[in-house]
Amino acid sequence: MEHIRTTKVEQVKLLDRFSTSNKSLTGTLYLTATHLLFIDSHQKETWILHHHIALVEKLALTTSGCPLVIQCKNFRIVHFIVPRERDCHDIYNSLLQLSKQAKYEDLYAFSYNPKQNDSERLRGWQLVDLTEEYKRMGLPNSNWQLSDANRDYKICETYPRELYVPRIASKPIIVGSSKFRSKGRFPVLSYYHQNKEAAICRCSQPLSGFSARCLEDEHLLQAISKANPANRYMYVMDTRPRLNAMANRAAGKGYENEDNYSNIRFQFVGIENIHVMRSSLQKLLEVSGSRGLSVSDFYSGLEGAGWLRHIKAVTDAAIFLAKVLIEKDWISFGHKYSDRCGHLDGDPKEVSPVFTQFLECVWHLTEQFPQAFEFNEAFLLQIHEHIHSCQFGNFIGNCQKEREELKLKEKTYSLWPFLLHDQKKYFNPLYSSTSQKLAVLEPNTVSFNFKFWRNMYHQFDRTLHPRQSVFNIIMNMNEQNKQLQKDVKDLESQIKQHKNKQTDGVLTKELLNSVRPESPALKTSLCLKEQTLLPVKDALRTVEGSSPADNRYSEYADEFSKAEPAVVSSEYGVARMTC
Amino acid sequence: MEFAELIKTPRVDNVVLHRPFYPAVEGTLCLTGHHLILSSRQDNTEELWLLHSNIDAIDKRFVGPLGTIIIKCKDFRIIQLDIPGMEECLNIASSIEALSTLDSITLMYPFFYRPMFEVIEDGWHSFLPEQEFELYSSATSEWRLSYVNKEFAVCPSYPPIVIVPKAIDDEALRKVATFRHGGRFPVLSYYHKKNGMVIMRSGQPLTGTNGRRCKEDEKLINATLRAGKRGYIIDTRPLNVAQQARAKGGGFEQEAHYPQWRRIHKSIERYHILQESLIKLVEACNDQTHNMDRWLSRLEASNWLTHIKEILTTACLAAQCLDREGASILIHGTEGTDSTLQVTSLAQIILEPRSRTIQGFEALIEREWLQAGHPFQQRCAQSAYCNSKQKWESPVFLLFLDCVWQILRQFPCSFEFNENLLIMLFEHAYASQFGTFLGNNESERCKLKLQQKTMSLWSWVNRPSELSKFANPLFEANNLVIWPSVAPQSLQLWEGIFLRWNRSSKYLDEAYEEMVNIIEYNKELQAKVNILRRQLAELETEDGMQESP
Repeated sequence: MEHIRTTKVEQVKLLDRFSTSNKSLTGTLYLTATHLLFIDSHQKETWILHHHIALVEKLALTTSGCPLVIQCKNFRIVHFIVPRERDCHDIYNSLLQLSKQAKYEDLYAFSYNPKQNDSERLRGWQLVDLTEEYKRMGLPNSNWQLSDANRDYKICETYPRELYVPRIASKPIIVGSSKFRSKGRFPVLSYYHQNKEAAICRCSQPLSGFSARCLEDEHLLQAISKANPANRYMYVMDTRPRLNAMANRAAGKGYENEDNYSNIRFQFVGIENIHVMRSSLQKLLEVSGSRGLSVSDFYSGLEGAGWLRHIKAVTDAAIFLAKVLIEKDWISFGHKYSDRCGHLDGDPKEVSPVFTQFLECVWHLTEQFPQAFEFNEAFLLQIHEHIHSCQFGNFIGNCQKEREELKLKEKTYSLWPFLLHDQKKYFNPLYSSTSQKLAVLEPNTVSFNFKFWRNMYHQFDRTLHPRQSVFNIIMNMNEQNKQLQKDVKDLESQIKQHKNKQTDGVLTKELLNSVRPESPALKTSLCLKEQTLLPVKDALRTVEGSSPADNRYSEYADEFSKAEPAVVSSEYGVARMTC
Repeated sequence: MEFAELIKTPRVDNVVLHRPFYPAVEGTLCLTGHHLILSSRQDNTEELWLLHSNIDAIDKRFVGPLGTIIIKCKDFRIIQLDIPGMEECLNIASSIEALSTLDSITLMYPFFYRPMFEVIEDGWHSFLPEQEFELYSSATSEWRLSYVNKEFAVCPSYPPIVIVPKAIDDEALRKVATFRHGGRFPVLSYYHKKNGMVIMRSGQPLTGTNGRRCKEDEKLINATLRAGKRGYIIDTRPLNVAQQARAKGGGFEQEAHYPQWRRIHKSIERYHILQESLIKLVEACNDQTHNMDRWLSRLEASNWLTHIKEILTTACLAAQCLDREGASILIHGTEGTDSTLQVTSLAQIILEPRSRTIQGFEALIEREWLQAGHPFQQRCAQSAYCNSKQKWESPVFLLFLDCVWQILRQFPCSFEFNENLLIMLFEHAYASQFGTFLGNNESERCKLKLQQKTMSLWSWVNRPSELSKFANPLFEANNLVIWPSVAPQSLQLWEGIFLRWNRSSKYLDEAYEEMVNIIEYNKELQAKVNILRRQLAELETEDGMQESP
């Protein structure tokens, strides 16, 4: 709180990013310990989490005030005009401090309190159980076993404690191999395909330099090869471009020398390193953020940024993805979250959008296989949101060891139960687990399949999106169908009750032998009953409101139902006409 | 019969057919006057019926005695025939070449086609101008039907009946026609009931270099303005192009002579520039070996989406002038038969809910494209694979359909029809068994006696069994104006047309079916709940009656 000097500024203008006529909303800006909040004159709230802020800029003073531009990690860009320079300066300084925490303990996750008790919290953390995950893959088995070699993070700090290795690989071999691998990341099992008895392993580059070799490492790879009895060869895929791998030899690192490993085939996939990725995304955002963009500028910009090229490269190489894979592949195996996502004020060169890229690859698969994923696009966007939000403990820290030291499980909450709680929003209504025999997806990676992910990079630029969302309608309809099914059951049982009652009644009726004319009440009651149905149908078109901080996705989704946004009119119409 | 002369080898056995998404199949190839047929005989399902008029270009290749013909269709599909025997192959190739480029329209398939379906409503009479005018006449008395062009003498590319301001008599129209390109005097295209403003269209004024003027022309378009109101003239050409047009006798409305009108120039491309754009785009889509950079740069270089953006932007501008500014507009380019029609028809899609229904959209095609004299015969003579680059070949209509698709994608619940209707119209504009898209204007269609000699496309489409294929399950009438986004990020390649033969849409189709199932199930449940509620209500009243003595 010591960073906040001004908590409230009135008469602030929020400019429309793509407007050429400086269209704006006027409202009040609030600064809290965790969020920046803007409430416009229509009482619409825009919440920005401090951790989401990637860049704050104070532009040169104009006649209407002092412009403040905030770029967020979730690709939101807001442009405020603060009437007094002093206020602007205060907010600017506060945001600079608040958006970059020097210590893990200052992150939002450590102060976020969703009113859960300890056991709920613990259950949340146990939701994704990696041991269960391995069991699902059929492990351990006769070829693979759990190794305790890394129990105390002695061999490799960035690996988790529990690792699966070939049964025939002894501890000395593992230790020996780890010394030969960058940061001790020796080859371990990542995914085991039960039906085909094939495994995906992963490791870091060998410290081969120009000629060094390591017998233990060669043994370990040999052991892995033997643990895949169904295949004669083992492939080693180096995800780097060959040139990078060669260059690394000068630094004492490098790649496996084919001559030293038998039955192994090597292949370079050509995924660029984090630095290239970072600047690529930067270029992409610059292009898509420019005003009055022409189609050819957009496409040459897409090409120039090379982002889709990287996405294609990753997809070309990637194979299996899902929620559990995120947990297993990325978190437990030491994707350097904190560094790559820039949570802490550290080396800017270590920041890279690798995870964003992974999510985008998954999105491309969902586009090609609309029925193969249980989750929808909102789920991917929400995960992306929380990687940067630091609201939950899942994505904090660089490896399991660091995460244990931070006592994340005691001090913070896990994201998964929160997503699970809202799972209705993240279900893919078209998901089909049975009809498609899609055990393994075979994505088409011809270039024309890769498209610009508008809902990610323009998530908050509502004017660029379709005005009606088929997806939301189907999702709501699916929900409504469940309700209707229940209604049908309820009604049927009520009718049954009545009929039972009536058979008793009929006896009395016959006894009394009384027949009455049809009451006028009957007609009116019928109308009333049917009318109660109608509002449900109307509700289909509007997406339920949501708390602003957690559900950004639906924030623009409710806009879909309105059919008359004024994009074209102001930007491409009047503006041109008057000149 | 002339066809027999062109078919040297009517039948070849053991021909192998390769086509997208199907395994290769061996069978007998037959050539008829209008079709290329391949039948595998053992199995009736493996049959190919291809209209010769759908063939855009063919390539021949020989490896030893085995000849290969690669057939490139106007709908962008590419199929391959392996034909044993050099002579047979050459004969087949030359026959196909001759039959797919017949000069005489009366030899085209529509003149020979005999429908196997029952005609419920004759499509030739589905959209009569008088009926269309009736829709307006209840709202306004400022317009009238004019029969001045009854003999196609005043304007050869106009229909016999047009709608003009009531205050202007036929004599004045004749004079105006001499002042407008191709005799295309300003006529009503759309009447906006909300505020009584209109869209008119015409050919360019023939001002020439010496600034010729025509009092009747000025009077005609001023007659559409309310007192004290200004209107907009949208010229679909950039200013410099319009200026250059003066040297050839054309030109644009001078401010001095049209003080109540403000002129806006846009730049919608025409003719071969669009055709080249299409050729480049289809080429890029067909090459699956491109890396990402190459794909993006070729997509950009085709400029297809740039054209889409420009057309949509102009249409939105026109719609905005009408709806937001409350001003009437006149739209023209040079001839007034291409970009002009793209803009007037798209503006109606944006403004008019009726044009987003199936019937209304068909009426729009009939009114704004067929009756308005878009030269389909010339524009759609060849498609993306043809080498003979003729100036008049141009995918103007396809661009319009693509723009409609873009709006449909942004407002998926506001259209009664789905993408399939647009694809179907594209196919039939280029090759069809129906007479609807034959000829370049009403005058030619009259001379060809199409109404008597051929079947209308609408007769076939507007039967319940066909209509169900084109119905959008998400449709819910939306009476508002729909403003699409025209930002490059919002525009997409129309995969249903351009990637149709290059990647399987199996999973997307299955997902679509699942969506339809959910919607159908929802309707079913709603109906069931209603019935049960009624039942329950009846029971409750009966109970009530029993209880109260």
